[in-house]
Amino acid sequence: MAQEYKLILKYADEPGYTPDIECYLRHGGYDVLKKALALQPRDLPDGKKLSGPEQIREDVKISGLRGRGGAGFSCGLKWSFVDRKSGKPIYLICNADESEPGTFKDRQIMYKDPHQLIEGMAISCFANDVHLAYIYIRGEMVDGAKILNRALKEARAKGFLGKNILGSGYDLEMHVHRGAGAYICGEETGLIESLEGKRPYPRIKPPYFPAVLGLWMCPTIVNNVETLCNIKHIVAMGGAEFAKLGTPNNTGTRIVSLSGHVKRPGYYEIETGKATIGELISDPKFGGGLRDGRKLKAVIPGGSSAKVFKAGEKFKLKKKDAEGKEILVETDMLDLPYDFDSLAAAGSMSGSSAIIVMDDSTDIVEALANISEFYAHESCGQCTPCREGSLWMSKTLHRLTHGEGRAQDADYLVKIADNIPGGRTICAFGEACSWPVQSFVAKFKDEFVAKGAADEARRAKEVAAPVEQQALAAAHH
Amino acid sequence: MNFAATKELEAEVDELITHYPVKRAASLMVLHAIQEQFGWISQEAVQWTAKKLELQPINVFEILTFYPMLRQEPMGKYQIKVCRTLSCALGGAYELREHFCKKFGLDAHKHGAQTTPDGKFTVEFVECLASCGTAPVMMVNDDFYEGVSHAKADEIVGECQ
Repeated sequence: MAQEYKLILKYADEPGYTPDIECYLRHGGYDVLKKALALQPRDLPDGKKLSGPEQIREDVKISGLRGRGGAGFSCGLKWSFVDRKSGKPIYLICNADESEPGTFKDRQIMYKDPHQLIEGMAISCFANDVHLAYIYIRGEMVDGAKILNRALKEARAKGFLGKNILGSGYDLEMHVHRGAGAYICGEETGLIESLEGKRPYPRIKPPYFPAVLGLWMCPTIVNNVETLCNIKHIVAMGGAEFAKLGTPNNTGTRIVSLSGHVKRPGYYEIETGKATIGELISDPKFGGGLRDGRKLKAVIPGGSSAKVFKAGEKFKLKKKDAEGKEILVETDMLDLPYDFDSLAAAGSMSGSSAIIVMDDSTDIVEALANISEFYAHESCGQCTPCREGSLWMSKTLHRLTHGEGRAQDADYLVKIADNIPGGRTICAFGEACSWPVQSFVAKFKDEFVAKGAADEARRAKEVAAPVEQQALAAAHH
Repeated sequence: MNFAATKELEAEVDELITHYPVKRAASLMVLHAIQEQFGWISQEAVQWTAKKLELQPINVFEILTFYPMLRQEPMGKYQIKVCRTLSCALGGAYELREHFCKKFGLDAHKHGAQTTPDGKFTVEFVECLASCGTAPVMMVNDDFYEGVSHAKADEIVGECQ
């Protein structure tokens, strides 16, 4: 049976657990930072020495940690790209611009256990020779910024930040930087531009890989809140031990944000891949099932940009049989283990680990119209295919949901969506706004066509009707 | 409006600038600080910020026009921001906004932020506020509210005096 496994949120929801440093210290807080700073150089067989920071970076690689922000990229690899020979300072930014619709996990960490994030960041900074770091928190989290600022002040007062931390000779300063309501700031190069005080227009890669040309054209690491918290636990237990959590290539835990039509929406931390989508929705420990008398219609498995799954949808997944031979196993959408690789194999993604559940009361065209309006609002406007395409899709869906649809709108939507991503835009927002449209229309095409056809039939009748009836129809409209 | 920065604001801004090796990086935080004090950001405030950060006014103005949270005109005393995005919509966000519009005599079909004639309330939809598990959610100025039923909404409004 699938269980919750609390690593990051071990204390956050304990009764009496408070976000102040005294409480954190009572729970072993900053012990791992002390351990990290005290690491002695380790001798290698070839006579070379591995410094403390290098040992941490090695451990993060061994841990198999993948980014919790959305892309699921190897954290150890990301760190290994950092240009350490440029002579320029290296910066670290915590991406706390949690804005992918459906996602509310970082909020829990920052509001309830801010020092865990600060400790994770401090260790990550030490490991990467960073002396100045920022927490880029979304503007709407006003209290979150206050809590973090208070926590930073406490950490400075106790000597966990600032000059010569705990007598180690290592200096680190950290500041909170607030966004102001723009989703695109969650894209790491857009975030960097925003932090520099500009419009958050994402930068083109190459050449602007943050690891080489990031903040102020210096090597920069951008990691998600949950990712950085994991660093603390990797150093505490060792990378190899951390890698035993979860499933191979999908190590550690994930905090799943569950919302929509379930009895118990909320955030649930699990060992990655040790619970299925179905269990997360229906198990009494998690979502507790759909509302009474309702049937499942669709699930968005990884934040609103992830491709939707239709109830009953089946996938052929590669598995190894008893003799170790690779076989294809037909798997129902609900039986997919909640991890990076299974969801990718099923053509979607776990993204920011946000599941949105829709039951049979949902108008699927309305749901997509809602998502597309979000992306139309949030496109930064830098690249034409995305700026125009996201708006056209939203306008088309608006007319489909306001009695002005056409039967061919379904095909029209897909045509627009197909012409946005795939290298036509600077950042992955192009993909993010297209994937929901492509998948919703492909999987629920009959509903889109029926809606448009019904509108056309009604309008045809109106045109044919006598003038006074038209006036009547207009009055009702 | 003549923009006059108070001593406190000036001190806050000077402190913010120390957070960054490049002054320009402070601009978003400075605009936040100004908006917190004045409720919106005037052209004079843009000029003042630009001077303070050794920038051209356009460098500041282009941020002001980009970010949805930054205001170019005064808003209501109580700004009600209802989350519009999917999970909240599934949880009744559209009905919640309509409830506010009806309550304040505003046009529910109109797009964008609307303010009551007495300047007391502004109602608007905002995009995902990252609390989808407690839908529908909303903010009143800087305060965050979750699981907002119509009764709870009335209660919250009742406290806005």
